[in-house]
Amino acid sequence: MFELYRPGSSFLHGMRPGAKLLALAGCGTAIFLLPGLPAICAVLLAVLGIYAATGLGLAAAWAQLRPVLVIFAILFAAQVWISGWLTGAFFIARFAALLMLAGLLTLTTRVSDMVAAMERGFQVLRPIGLNPSKISLALALALRFIPVLAQITGEVREAQKVRGLDRSIIAIAIPVIVRTLRMSDAIADAIEARGYNPDRP
Amino acid sequence: MTTAGTAIRFDSVSHAFGEKPVLRDISLTLAERRIAIVGANGSGKSTFARMINGLLLPDQGRVTVAGLDTARDGKAVRQRVGFVFQNPDNQIVFPIVEEDIAFGMKNLRLKKPEIETKTDEMLRRYGLEGHRSHPAHLLSGGQKQLLAISGVLVMEPDVIVFDEPTTLLDLRNKIRVAEAIEALGQTAIVVTHDLDLVADFDRAIVFDDGRILADDAPSPAPKRYVEAMSGV
Amino acid sequence: MMLSTRDIVSIALFAALTAALGLFPPLTLPATGVPVTAQSMGVMLAGALIGARRGGLALLLFAVLVAIGLPLLAGGRGGIGIYFGPTAGFVLSWPIAAYVTGWLFDKHRGQPHPAISALYLIIGGIGIVYVIGWAWLAVMNGWDIAKTFTAALPFIPGDLVKVALTVVIARGVKKAIPNL
Repeated sequence: MFELYRPGSSFLHGMRPGAKLLALAGCGTAIFLLPGLPAICAVLLAVLGIYAATGLGLAAAWAQLRPVLVIFAILFAAQVWISGWLTGAFFIARFAALLMLAGLLTLTTRVSDMVAAMERGFQVLRPIGLNPSKISLALALALRFIPVLAQITGEVREAQKVRGLDRSIIAIAIPVIVRTLRMSDAIADAIEARGYNPDRP
Repeated sequence: MTTAGTAIRFDSVSHAFGEKPVLRDISLTLAERRIAIVGANGSGKSTFARMINGLLLPDQGRVTVAGLDTARDGKAVRQRVGFVFQNPDNQIVFPIVEEDIAFGMKNLRLKKPEIETKTDEMLRRYGLEGHRSHPAHLLSGGQKQLLAISGVLVMEPDVIVFDEPTTLLDLRNKIRVAEAIEALGQTAIVVTHDLDLVADFDRAIVFDDGRILADDAPSPAPKRYVEAMSGV
Repeated sequence: MMLSTRDIVSIALFAALTAALGLFPPLTLPATGVPVTAQSMGVMLAGALIGARRGGLALLLFAVLVAIGLPLLAGGRGGIGIYFGPTAGFVLSWPIAAYVTGWLFDKHRGQPHPAISALYLIIGGIGIVYVIGWAWLAVMNGWDIAKTFTAALPFIPGDLVKVALTVVIARGVKKAIPNL
C-alpha cells in the first residue's frame, strides 16, 4: 500500500507504535522547552544521528524538510525582519528538529500497525460513547477507497482531456464527486449484507 | 450445511418506489438449487432479489426464509442468505484482500483461529493466495468478484443471491465467475441478463413490469423473455 | 452518536475525496501566477454536501489518515510531522471548519441562494481556517497576532476563488444527486 513507511530492522522499526508516539510527544515537548540555539543544534545533530544509525539515512531526514523549504524561507525572512537573525535561526532550527523527529515515527511505522494500535486505544474510549467498530470501519473504508477515487479522478481527467477540459477543476470535480457518492448506497448495502450491525458494539 | 431445505417464501409482496410500483403482488416459493431471475431493467428483478435477504423490506406482504421473517429477523436471515452485488468494487470493504474476507466472519463474532483457517481455505479455493496481503485495488474485476464471493461464502450461508455478477466483467472473468457459481454447494439465486450463465439452472423466473411473466425451467422461460423483449 | 452504516460510508468517502483533491491540477491565479491547491475545497464541500456532523467527522478522519503516515496532503505530504510543522493549524482547523460550514447549511432550509452559500463557505472555509491556522502559526513562532493576520491577507483572493468554485461544484453535485 502506498504509504510513507520505509521497511527496515532498526530498533525503531521494532518498537511498538504506542511507545513511539509517547516518546515523540515527550521529546517534542522537551524540544519546545529548550531555551537557545546551541541546545537546539545539539538536538538536531542527535536526530540526524538517529537517522544514520537506523539505516534510514540523512537523505530521508532531508526529505522531511524539502516540502516545506519555501515556507521555511518565508518564515525565516519574517522572523529576521521582526526579531533578528538569531531568533530566526532558532525558530527554523526548532521546526527542523521537530519535523525530522516526527519523521522518524512515520518512516518506521507501518500504517496497518498504527491502525491496530489506534484500535486498541479506542477500546479504552468505549465508556465515553465512542463506538470502536464504527471507527475501524470508517478507517478501513477510507483506506480502501482512496486508490479507487484516485483511479476515478484519473479516468475523469482522461475523459475531460478529449474536450480540452482537463485543467478545469469544476469539470473534474463534479463527475468525480457524483460518481463517488453514487457508490454510497451500494457500499452500505454490501456492508450490511455481510452482517455488519452499526448499533451493536 | 443445509441447502435445498431453506425455502424462501414471498407472500403477496408489493412494493413501490415513490409513485412507481416495482413489484405487484408477488407470491411464490423458492426451493430449487439453482434459480435464475431474468427481466429487463426496471422489471423488478433487482428489487425482488434484495428482498430475499432483507436488504429491502416489502411495503406489503412478507418474505420469509426458512420460516424467518425478513422484517423481524433480519440479522438471522442475513446469516442464511448471502448477497453478491454487480459491481465488484463497491462490495469490497477492506483495503487488503485477507482483511476483506475476514470482515463477515468478524461480524459473526467468530474466533481468530477459525477466521484464519477459513480465510486460508477461500484464498486457496479461488487462487487468490498469492494476493492475500495485496491491496484489493490491484485485483482484476473477476478476481474482485471471486473475493466478494469468498467474503460471503465464509459466513456459510445456505443461499447466495447474485445480482448480475458477470455484467461488468470481460469474457474470461465471466467464465471464471460462472464456474465458481456452478461449483457452489449451496443454493444460488442469480439475477442476470446473461442467459448462457443460467442455461443449466433448475428454474427461471421472468419478471416484467413488477409481475412474473414466466416461471419455468430455463429453456422455455427465457425464450418468452426474449420474445417479450423483442416486442418492446 | 447514532451514525448509520450509510453515514459511515459517506464519512469515509469524503475523507477519501479530500485525499483525491490533492491530486487535482493546481489552480493558477490569473493575476499573480501563484498555484493554489484544490484540496482545501474538500473542507467546504464536505460541509455543504453532507452536513455538519458527517462533514466534521470526514475531515477528522482525513486528519487521522494523514497522521498515521499516508501521503494525502497535496504534494504527497503526510505523517505525524505535519502536525509539528507550519501547516499544522490549517489541517487541524479543517474538521471544525467543515462542521461550522455544515451547520450553516443544515440550519438553512432548502437550497441557499449562491450568494448565501458563498457567505457560509467564507465563514467556514476561510474564517475558521484562517483564524485557527494563522493563530497557530503565530503562537508556534511567537509572532504578534495582528502582524500575522496581515501576512494572511494575500492568500484571501485565492481562497475566494475556491469559494466560488465550491459553490458551483456543490450545486452541480446536488443537481445530479438530489438526496445525499
